Amino acid sequence: MSEKFDVIVVGAGPAGTSCAYECAKAGLNVIQIERGEYPGAKNVMGGVLYRKQMEDIIPEFWKEAPVERPVIEQRLMMLDKESAITIGYKGLEFAREPYNAFTVLRSKFDQWFASKAVEQGSLLITETVVLEVIVEDGRVIGVRTDRPDGDVYADVVVLADGVNSLLGKQLGFHKELRPDEVALAVMEVINLPAERIEERFNLEPNQGCTYEIFGDGTNGILGTAFIYTNKESINIGVGAMLSGMIRERLRPHDLLDRLKSHPLIRPLIKGGEPQEYLAHLIPEGGFRSIPKIVGNGVLVVGDAAQFVNGVHREGSNMAMTSGRLAAETIIMAKEAGDFSENMLDSYRIKVLDSFIGKDLKKYEDIHLFEKNPQYFKEYLPALNRAASEFFTVDGTPKKEKQKKMLQLMTQSKSKLKVINDLYKAWRVMK
Amino acid sequence: MSKLDTTLEEKQYLTRFKADTKSHLTVLDYDICATKCPDKLCTIFCPAEVYKWEGTRMQVGYEGCHECGSCRIGCPYQNIKWEYPTGGLGIVFRLA
Repeated sequence: MSEKFDVIVVGAGPAGTSCAYECAKAGLNVIQIERGEYPGAKNVMGGVLYRKQMEDIIPEFWKEAPVERPVIEQRLMMLDKESAITIGYKGLEFAREPYNAFTVLRSKFDQWFASKAVEQGSLLITETVVLEVIVEDGRVIGVRTDRPDGDVYADVVVLADGVNSLLGKQLGFHKELRPDEVALAVMEVINLPAERIEERFNLEPNQGCTYEIFGDGTNGILGTAFIYTNKESINIGVGAMLSGMIRERLRPHDLLDRLKSHPLIRPLIKGGEPQEYLAHLIPEGGFRSIPKIVGNGVLVVGDAAQFVNGVHREGSNMAMTSGRLAAETIIMAKEAGDFSENMLDSYRIKVLDSFIGKDLKKYEDIHLFEKNPQYFKEYLPALNRAASEFFTVDGTPKKEKQKKMLQLMTQSKSKLKVINDLYKAWRVMK
Repeated sequence: MSKLDTTLEEKQYLTRFKADTKSHLTVLDYDICATKCPDKLCTIFCPAEVYKWEGTRMQVGYEGCHECGSCRIGCPYQNIKWEYPTGGLGIVFRLA
């Protein structure tokens, strides 16, 4: 296999495949190496794929891609032990072309997407681990795989090797990740007939709904639980900061089981049959955790570059855009015959100038919620109690009710402390 | 218990694994687990309970590993060497 390619892409998730697709389409000689039995075999996502960034690569992909349901309604649930405040938006504009987002099952989707890159001329090699990046004279010149005679060479190596990015670490692009830089997510795919899903979630066929659940779903630690509707199944899961799980000695699968048996969640999945259990890490370090993403002959894309916006549950879209921007840079570098860090740095600039850099920058202080558990642990239940008070008609004059609600919100804390906390939260989110 | 409720063992049974012949997870120094780590955190947060404390020694059931990386990151002593299983082996997600 000791051939020379224009581009080696390590990993066949959305970032790697976007890059391989665009490079192959431009006529470059591309090899994409995937360690799984097939693309998607090692990949996990809660399940929402945004249309725009995918369509930047393959127009009208939904006409042939294995998508589950267009997402037409999104609900946010602030969950307490036996109550919830839910807000949501449902819009039929999302049920029509060009759509906004789809639920997907990643094993199916990633296989399809990688096959499109192959159609463009990219060579896909599966069941092959890239053990290390080959560096010569301070320049990345290829990769060493676990195949016999498995060295492969190229002008550029693209690291799309996922959240753990052992290769980025090998190059010294990032240090070992810390527990407060990753969320551990576990989920189950639960089969349920389409009609049941549509009745329970108030949907027509080919319409989908998503729930993001804060508070009790993660036992009050920073993270979210989620429920996404597929065609004939539901993805239900919990993702929370690994640091929080460690601090509180939580078993991730216990969190999932608690969610599944929560009295407000249970009716949504009742009668379903679990089909698969999955665990994965999500890079949630945000802007400050972005590693070095460009070197001589090498670029880093997707989860490996920590491109995830946890607040808006965006990740695969950032992966795709980063893969596409990497490809743009590689095509330009090929024309110039220059693969130096200096040349490839235009990728970094493009990424930081795109929604990826801007959105990650916007939420760079999100860890306030990890360091201050009172938000999820105290204010969220207090909001629920205040709402309960608001909706209980018991002859108490409204003015007194308002006073009581305020007391419920502040409880043992001074009003000043609460106002200060709310101000800090607003600063992070604004 | 309805079909909907699953123990971890049942969850793991739903998922497909093609086990490698050798472990891709290595405890570097078993003494650290025994003497320095009273909480044995990996036995708690690992989503597949790959790590089990058997009284005197850490047992590593790598065959059921989801390859998430939590143990490598979460071990307070960086005492776990974490590699990928041989190409094509290890966990095989069929769905999501």
